[in-house]
Amino acid sequence: MSMNRREFLKIAGISTILGVGGVSAVHGLKNCVEASQISPNPEALKAKRWAMVVDMSKFKTEEDYQRCIDACHRVHNVPNITDNPKHEIKWLWKETYEHAFPGAADEYLSEEVKELPFLVLCNHCNNPPCVRVCPTKATFKRKSDGIVMMDMHRCIGCRFCMAACPFGARSFNYKDPRPFIDAEKENLEFPTRTKGVVEKCTLCYERLAKGLQPACVEASKGALIFGDVEDPNSEVRKVLGSRYSFRRRPELGTQPSVYYIF
Amino acid sequence: MLEKAIYGSRRYWVWILFLLALIGTGFISYLYQFKNGLGVTGMSRDVSWGLYIGQFTFLVGVAASGVMVVLPYYLHNYKKFGRLTILGEFLAISAVVMCMLFIFVDMGQPLRVLNVILHPTPNSVMFFDMLVLSGYLLLNLLVGWTVLGAERKEVPPPKWVKPFIYLSIAWAPSIHTVTAFLYAGLPGRHFWLSAIMAARFLASAFAGGPALLIILALIVRKYTKFDPGKEAIQALGKIVTYCMIINVFFLGLEFFTAFYSQIPGHMHSFVYLYTGLEGHAKLVPIMWLSSILAALALVLLIFPQIRKNEALLAVACVSTFFSLWIDKGFGLVVGGFVPSPLERITEYWPTLPEALITLAVWAIGFLALTILYKIAVSVKEEVVFDKYGERQVKAE
Repeated sequence: MSMNRREFLKIAGISTILGVGGVSAVHGLKNCVEASQISPNPEALKAKRWAMVVDMSKFKTEEDYQRCIDACHRVHNVPNITDNPKHEIKWLWKETYEHAFPGAADEYLSEEVKELPFLVLCNHCNNPPCVRVCPTKATFKRKSDGIVMMDMHRCIGCRFCMAACPFGARSFNYKDPRPFIDAEKENLEFPTRTKGVVEKCTLCYERLAKGLQPACVEASKGALIFGDVEDPNSEVRKVLGSRYSFRRRPELGTQPSVYYIF
Repeated sequence: MLEKAIYGSRRYWVWILFLLALIGTGFISYLYQFKNGLGVTGMSRDVSWGLYIGQFTFLVGVAASGVMVVLPYYLHNYKKFGRLTILGEFLAISAVVMCMLFIFVDMGQPLRVLNVILHPTPNSVMFFDMLVLSGYLLLNLLVGWTVLGAERKEVPPPKWVKPFIYLSIAWAPSIHTVTAFLYAGLPGRHFWLSAIMAARFLASAFAGGPALLIILALIVRKYTKFDPGKEAIQALGKIVTYCMIINVFFLGLEFFTAFYSQIPGHMHSFVYLYTGLEGHAKLVPIMWLSSILAALALVLLIFPQIRKNEALLAVACVSTFFSLWIDKGFGLVVGGFVPSPLERITEYWPTLPEALITLAVWAIGFLALTILYKIAVSVKEEVVFDKYGERQVKAE
């Protein structure tokens, strides 16, 4: 009798473990999707591959640039480090033609063009070298829409991605960034960073999830065109199909998703 | 065998205390860096790697160079290296320890170091570098300790250790090749984007590492009774000679490609390093010092009459070592970042805390080396005769 009970308990125990384990394993496999919020917002903006077109003809005054930069840096709590330019953090910034497109300026080019500031940011390359080199997958290309993401909680601060990026798009927190964020303007909905991690533009993934355009696009008054480059009917595709556009350092094969038109 | 490290002369303990003092100073500097971030170093947004990664790169070469004594001895049965192999293996162990520490002190978030193992990423060269370095450390510990233990008991080393020795011979070039791949596969960094990078790394490693080993062997002979052997040292000198020539030749190839093609991106870093670019010339003096030392070393090494004089060989080895230390441990890394991919120039020079931390890591390496060499030398002094029946201890 006691043997029977023992046998029963054994079998019952094993089947419970198998059952629970099996169910959770199947469950786990079903949920084998990339990390995202629990239930996606139905209003979220979606694309196969996001791209941006910078329409340089619409950047006329200093204010046109600054509006975009401020919008980005404010919404992402980017510290304003001015005491030491070596420690600067920037997600979106101005770079003159000869620096944004090195080697492209010839000696007879007018000073006006040479010194013309271009808005530059992470290019969200389709073939990103930073992702290739990261030893922890702290920077990764999101499969759903091609955004080159940054997990600042996983980053070990080895700065291999900074050596790999040919666009200088990445900044490293050489010191605690929090004292350099204006407390009054701090966006409490976006995390601040700690020292020792790399950061960069993430194409406002957090705003896209809520159905909003990236902050810089919203602030640009039409100078930045944003959309799905794989959708033939999107505005970016229409612009790219009808006007001459160029990208930064196309010869390196990283396939930037940021285009420039004059 | 470890107990042999705790009996030593007064000079031995003074040296140990000196190293400990350096380590202590560096540790305090590291606490300062840990608290305030890597901003306490000279690195910047544009020059995001500096002295630490340079030292790491250089020392991987020193570690790999152990193979230059192990290979002739085990694969070609070159008996003269029999006494030297343990010194080469123990030097490799100390060098790998320093490599790992230099990576660690360079990390922005050192407490997250295990993320590299928790989230293994086979497409990252750094992940592979971690694997091959740890493997190489274990192989050398295993082989070195086992063979020395056998010598102490005056028995032949166990047979099972042979496959590990052969594996370590193949493993050594791999660690330095992988380290070169950290640099040689990055788009937009013309200075590093060169197919000859790994070959150049190996050539400089096989010159610089054995040069250091010769210096160490001479020191061991001077301050202990153990004699690594005059012929062994001369044979190592030949290895240093050939590898230094190949290294300088490879550097020349880089110059040719850059300056005959006249592609600006390929020339910029060389111009910056050797003559200065747009008025920025912080590294020019040390790069020329490196070149002069290389030239001096070659003159001393190439002529056998000079090389056979041990005092002059020592001078040649010191020149080789420092020339390569500057070139690879500093210029190579910084040069890749200047100018930046946006063709802006930000210069780099290490700060005091950075220098103290670097010195402390070297001191830790030398502490490990001292202890390991103390053990090896004590064993050899007791055994008196090497396995070929020749006296390896100087007569009183």
